[in-house]
Amino acid sequence: MDFYYSLAQIIGFHTLLGLSAYIVLQTGQVTLAQAGFFAIGAYVAGMLTVLAGWHLVPAMIVAGLAAAIMACLVGFPALRVRGLMLVIATLAFGEAVRLFFFNFDYQIAKGDVKIGPLGGEGFRQIRWFPENGWTSFEIMLFVWAVVALVAGALWWIDRSRFGAVLRAVGEDELAAQSVGINLTAVKVTAMTIGGFIAGLGGSIYAHYTTHIEHANFNVLLATFAIAYPILGGLRSVFGTIVAVIFVQGFLVEGLRFMGDWRNLLFGALIVAAMNLRPHGLIDAATARRLARLFGREQRRA
Amino acid sequence: MLEVRGLAKHFGGVRAVDGIDFAIRPGEIFGLIGPNGSGKSTTVNLVCGLYEPTAGQILFEGQDIARVPTHKRLALGLARTFQNIRLFANLTVWENLWMAENAPAHQAGTSFLKRWVGGRSDARERITRALEFSGLAHRADDLAGSLAFGEQRRLELARALAAKPKLLLLDEPAAGMNAGEIAQLDERIRALQGQGYTILLIEHHMELVMAVTDRVCVLNFGRKIAEGTPAEVQADPAVREAYLGTA
Repeated sequence: MDFYYSLAQIIGFHTLLGLSAYIVLQTGQVTLAQAGFFAIGAYVAGMLTVLAGWHLVPAMIVAGLAAAIMACLVGFPALRVRGLMLVIATLAFGEAVRLFFFNFDYQIAKGDVKIGPLGGEGFRQIRWFPENGWTSFEIMLFVWAVVALVAGALWWIDRSRFGAVLRAVGEDELAAQSVGINLTAVKVTAMTIGGFIAGLGGSIYAHYTTHIEHANFNVLLATFAIAYPILGGLRSVFGTIVAVIFVQGFLVEGLRFMGDWRNLLFGALIVAAMNLRPHGLIDAATARRLARLFGREQRRA
Repeated sequence: MLEVRGLAKHFGGVRAVDGIDFAIRPGEIFGLIGPNGSGKSTTVNLVCGLYEPTAGQILFEGQDIARVPTHKRLALGLARTFQNIRLFANLTVWENLWMAENAPAHQAGTSFLKRWVGGRSDARERITRALEFSGLAHRADDLAGSLAFGEQRRLELARALAAKPKLLLLDEPAAGMNAGEIAQLDERIRALQGQGYTILLIEHHMELVMAVTDRVCVLNFGRKIAEGTPAEVQADPAVREAYLGTA
């Protein structure tokens, strides 16, 4: 059973990673920086619980805020460029963060062992969960409580005017300016919220795996971050969740029995999914059906 | 209301707009016409802030707005429609009209938070009225991209009006319309004037311009060649020459 609890945790923090890209993608910005914010969250939260002895929850909030501040700072210069240039700029940022942690040493002695991040060796012993006697089941519940909070908040944003503004910017920047929307403010806000969510995800990841190192936060992870919401469909947060379950639950874990052939099929299935559901696993029509299922009355102006 | 002084925009060696002056009085319908490539569109884009002028001033109610960012010009009271309709195609009709909520006309009495993350109920009354005025109430929940051409034009106009602008720029609103639709457009523009809007109309369609405007400014090769009432402009030999006698 522990295997499934553990899988559910993996799906949980990958969902947070995907949702962090979801809100940025709403504004039409393709970002490869999310793995960088995820890394910042992981390291900051790990250092707070291990080195400073904090409780996990405040550590996660501070880690989220640290990633959010970084996202805001990166947002201003990065969002001045568009399209492919933005992809390259955010990719460069993500790699810069990874290389920072490759070089980052901050160890303190605890008893006769030294603990803390140690460059290429990584950061070991992030053992807040086991030290506090959490069972795998409890950890899973906690992770999904965080996911539910974040997904709920984003779902609410989607339905608010701000959500419509995000999509308007993604559709036509020129028209958006002409109806009085400040592009920079909207994009940087989306980036900051995305940074916060990635930071939360990273802090959960660090405590799930107990050992993080720079190589975990590579371009592949950044690609996954944008692949989830694109594969799932940008119409609804549920799309991202479904896509993560599809990728992590089915493609990565479910097909493990196929050995090395799995990786080949993995790529093929993603291509197939995108061809069969060109607007994402949860597209506009499915989202509407879901909304009806949840008993929302159709608004009529 | 809007005064343009010595406005110029050069693209490299091309003098798209080369020092033009005109002034629009409050409450009038002011036409801006000229043959293809005469600088009409560039002028509109300068007034809206999509381009920064090479030289000259754009005074809106006495304030020089030549370097004010586009999104802030809406707050000052300047709204526009586009020649090749620019709606948010994957947003619903309702959501397209929701965008104008940030305009000063709607800011009074609502908090920052309510304006940004408020739900639909806060704007419902205003948008319902706008939908009824533009005859789109039955399509409120449809995607803007799924509307017929005429409906899209009406929605774009409604979106511009939602900001309650003082000056409305209509960039070739008759483009792609048939005679019947143009007659309707004529009425609609007059109705807007009746409601107190000042209108800058950029148009190719001569009959519409001559019928509906109070004064006209004629551009050719980036310069103003005539200005006056439609009758005066039509009688002007320079204008006749620019249009090869078709004016």
